[in-house]
Amino acid sequence: MQTFGQQLINGLSLGSIYALLALGYTMVYGIIKLINFAHGDIYMLGAFWGYFVINQLHFNFIWAMLSAMIFCALLGVVIEYFAYRPLRHSPRITALITAIGVSFLLENGMTYLFTANTRSFPQVIKTVTYHLGGLRISNIQLLILGTACLLMLLLELIIKRTKMGRAMRAVSVDPEAAQLVGININHTISFTFALGSAMAGAAGVLIGLYYNSIDPLMGMTPGIKAFVAAVIGGIGSVPGASVGGFLIGLLETGVQAIGLSAYKDAVVYFVLIVILLVLPAGIFGHKTKEKV
Amino acid sequence: MRANFKYNFSWLAVMVIGFVAIDACEFLGIINAFIENMLVTIGINIILATGLNLIIGFSGQFSLGHAGFMAIGAYATGIMTQTIATPLGFYLSMVVGIVIAMIAALIVGIPTLRLRGDYLAIATMGAAEIIRILINNLKITNGAAGLFNIPPLVTWATVYVLMCLTTIVTVNFIHSRNGRAIMSVREDEIAAEAMGINPTRWKLAAFVFGAGTAAIGGSLHAAYIQTIAPGDFNIMASIAILIIVVLGGVGSITGTFVAAIVLGALDTILQNFGTLRMIIYSLALILIMIFKPSGLLGNWELSFKHLGTHQRKEQSIHE
Repeated sequence: MQTFGQQLINGLSLGSIYALLALGYTMVYGIIKLINFAHGDIYMLGAFWGYFVINQLHFNFIWAMLSAMIFCALLGVVIEYFAYRPLRHSPRITALITAIGVSFLLENGMTYLFTANTRSFPQVIKTVTYHLGGLRISNIQLLILGTACLLMLLLELIIKRTKMGRAMRAVSVDPEAAQLVGININHTISFTFALGSAMAGAAGVLIGLYYNSIDPLMGMTPGIKAFVAAVIGGIGSVPGASVGGFLIGLLETGVQAIGLSAYKDAVVYFVLIVILLVLPAGIFGHKTKEKV
Repeated sequence: MRANFKYNFSWLAVMVIGFVAIDACEFLGIINAFIENMLVTIGINIILATGLNLIIGFSGQFSLGHAGFMAIGAYATGIMTQTIATPLGFYLSMVVGIVIAMIAALIVGIPTLRLRGDYLAIATMGAAEIIRILINNLKITNGAAGLFNIPPLVTWATVYVLMCLTTIVTVNFIHSRNGRAIMSVREDEIAAEAMGINPTRWKLAAFVFGAGTAAIGGSLHAAYIQTIAPGDFNIMASIAILIIVVLGGVGSITGTFVAAIVLGALDTILQNFGTLRMIIYSLALILIMIFKPSGLLGNWELSFKHLGTHQRKEQSIHE
């Protein structure tokens, strides 16, 4: 029971990182049907931004995270403007290859500028471990969980309560009809990229603090796992992405706990395939009917 | 088949001329070991990308797991030729690889081909990763260290001949009755079903066929490079093959050839740039996609048949 509780805590903290990343995937996919392969690399850039502002400018944690979110949001908008916007009406596979190209560019550009070496992330917050009934829980884990939940709540409010959020939902249902009722598609898509990338930036700073190490290729595997999480939750659905992220995090730590850590990725993909077969649109996805 | 005999024969002649040309260059010393290595890589990439183009371009199914089937072929050769180090052993291992890859494709394909578009891509990617992780943890495959000192049973000539063979077989498959069934599923699944074509069956046929060619590519890769590790067959490897297909033009076998040659040459030229290499490569990829979204050749196909009809048409206009 004790190990179970412990794994639950570890799984939830890892899962909240995946959930934050998955939100970006799910929103972008929901609105322009693009698997944004470069999303994991935006998360990496967020972590590097945090590293530099804390080391060079001596920002505290809150400012580091907020500035990383703003930086990543701008970056997401710029990438969308230059790489994805010209391809909005081309085949989707072309846009996908462009996204892969952007991902390669960010990874290799960072490797070129800062070498491929692993750096240790400055520990701006002193780790304190609390003991609660035999369970160990660190303040960093609480911080990750709290920040992630707060950001998800904020996102849900933006999407459901603001005008821009309503525009986002409208564009994802039918871009042309949205245009007819006076929604500026370009602004809405840019805004979506900004929101998703800001979430990734926050996740980057949080993971730097949690794992204490960052490198230019750190975004690749979590990026793909977060996409898997978005698919499991039902792509295009915001609550689905959160649930999917937590599910993947729990699954991974659970498989590790029973001593099969070599197979943890295989189990994640296996669960993905099974869920897609049982619920082809994911847990929260809408099933679309085939039209003749 | 007989109707296409003339065109197949013309292609065979082109291939023989190509073979003689490369052989002559080799003999004259124009092709050194470095360029030969590049040509073999291009040849293997053509085999892999042709199979993937059949799946993506002609059956319209988006597979992101080609490297998994390639890994099966590579490991079949790697393991078997260590005990039977003869050319016969190599071909035997290739056949075993193809059979296992096809069985794996059946197991993966039957459930997942019901999914559509991006969901299928993610499911096949997951399946390929599962294959890779299994290889990474099995004893017979020597785990993460991989296999080395695989007997060098493949020369450039073997790769060339197999490349021609798989291309001829694939193109004839596409132009057969079965190929037309596959393309009709791509165009409109419901209409195809109404015409009495079983969509799942033909999608599966293309998928299994593609997996078989991937295994051939993997076998050649293992025997030529002589070292394989599970890390060689990760998602990035699948993406590299996908890039060739999309860059050349989805649904154009000629395009696949052009893209494989262009990328192979680009890779060799960029070797001199050191760490800048991947930056230039990725920029080139983004720019080509933005300015030529349908790939270098779109779905244009070089074909003797069309050349012939084109000329005849012109003649009739002149008359």
